[in-house]
Amino acid sequence: MGDDHDHPHHSELADIEQRVRALETLLTQKGYVDPAALDVLIDTYQTKVGPRNGARVVARAWVDPAFRERLLRDATAAIAELGYSGRQGERMVAVANTPGRHNMVVCTLCSCYPWPVLGLPPVWYKSAPYRSRAVRDPRGVLAEFGVRLESDTEIRVWDSTAEVRYLVIPERPPGTDGLTEEALAALVTRDSMIGTGLVQVAGSR
Amino acid sequence: MRYVSHADLGGRLGLGPVVTEPEGVMFHAAWESRVHALTLAMGATGAWNLDMVRSARETLPDYLDRSYYEIWLGGLEKLLIDKGLVAPEELSTGRALQAATPVGRILKAEQVAAALARGSPTERPSTHAARFTPGQRVRTRAETVGHHTRLPGYLRGKSGVIERLLGSHVFADSHAQGLGEDPRWLYTVVFDAAELWGGEATAGHRVSFDAWEPYLEAA
Repeated sequence: MGDDHDHPHHSELADIEQRVRALETLLTQKGYVDPAALDVLIDTYQTKVGPRNGARVVARAWVDPAFRERLLRDATAAIAELGYSGRQGERMVAVANTPGRHNMVVCTLCSCYPWPVLGLPPVWYKSAPYRSRAVRDPRGVLAEFGVRLESDTEIRVWDSTAEVRYLVIPERPPGTDGLTEEALAALVTRDSMIGTGLVQVAGSR
Repeated sequence: MRYVSHADLGGRLGLGPVVTEPEGVMFHAAWESRVHALTLAMGATGAWNLDMVRSARETLPDYLDRSYYEIWLGGLEKLLIDKGLVAPEELSTGRALQAATPVGRILKAEQVAAALARGSPTERPSTHAARFTPGQRVRTRAETVGHHTRLPGYLRGKSGVIERLLGSHVFADSHAQGLGEDPRWLYTVVFDAAELWGGEATAGHRVSFDAWEPYLEAA
């Protein structure tokens, strides 16, 4: 697919596991990295940071109108109230879906994504198909996620080109009035906070 | 040599359907999480900045043939050599052959949590007033530039409306070239899809991006 096909990278990448291990050893030998810090970094992004954080933000916004207002006005501060902040979420903007408007987030230039609330991005978000088509044919992309919007729903696609990170606040599904905040958070999917999914109650479709 | 980004994908055709995955899947091999961690740890040394990282990745000639973390690995290897931290022979043999180049900081395990919580905010004070105000119509720069930029190709030379002033931020174009932070006003600019895609566009579809002031002129 690339412009150049004459690079010998395929054979080099065949033993990539070994190559990365060698690089880690080299950088450790040279004193640039602390191997214990690498282990903490890996553990952080595998077990501590992920879309359950964002789901708690969304659930809070559903049950607490004052929080929702703060979230839409200054998302960075509101999200920090729940303890989520920092790397790749230094400046947050929350955008709320409404019955007439759907929001969807992409990074056409690389893979910018709000790590503190959603964790590391899924492969499809970083892939050429999503990045190329989200801005041009959002309805076609949504259909591949099984999402069909009303034909008169406005679609706003946010291309994350600078250091502002976007979190979609999906609509609260009907029939969830009696649920606790925790139960509501359990309904919120990662994709609904990127804008490629809707929040649904099991069995409601 | 002309600067070419292979990562500017917005609006390109023929790249196939989106392949989704379950929510829990993050890495597909152990080496991917190691590359992720190595990249963050090396970034913490201060030997380069995030905009230089993006520039190193997007100029990999085989960018589109690489998986995501292969792109990260390629960017890391390129920066290690370009900044003189590692010699090419060291990279190919995996053994240290020369003394280390001094770096600003070594990230220790006990510092990771605080470093991640702090992040790298890019907002900076400005010494001059913002040129545009919300509601104002602007046109994006039509010309290409010979360096890293965050003005996507599909948004060049297009007419849109300022929606929001986001503050003054480190200017990626300057920062990536090692020209300092050079903070500039940053705006959210909104475009009707018809301005971008003509007759292909569907009604009610709009696209926005975050634009530093030098990308824009009054329309």
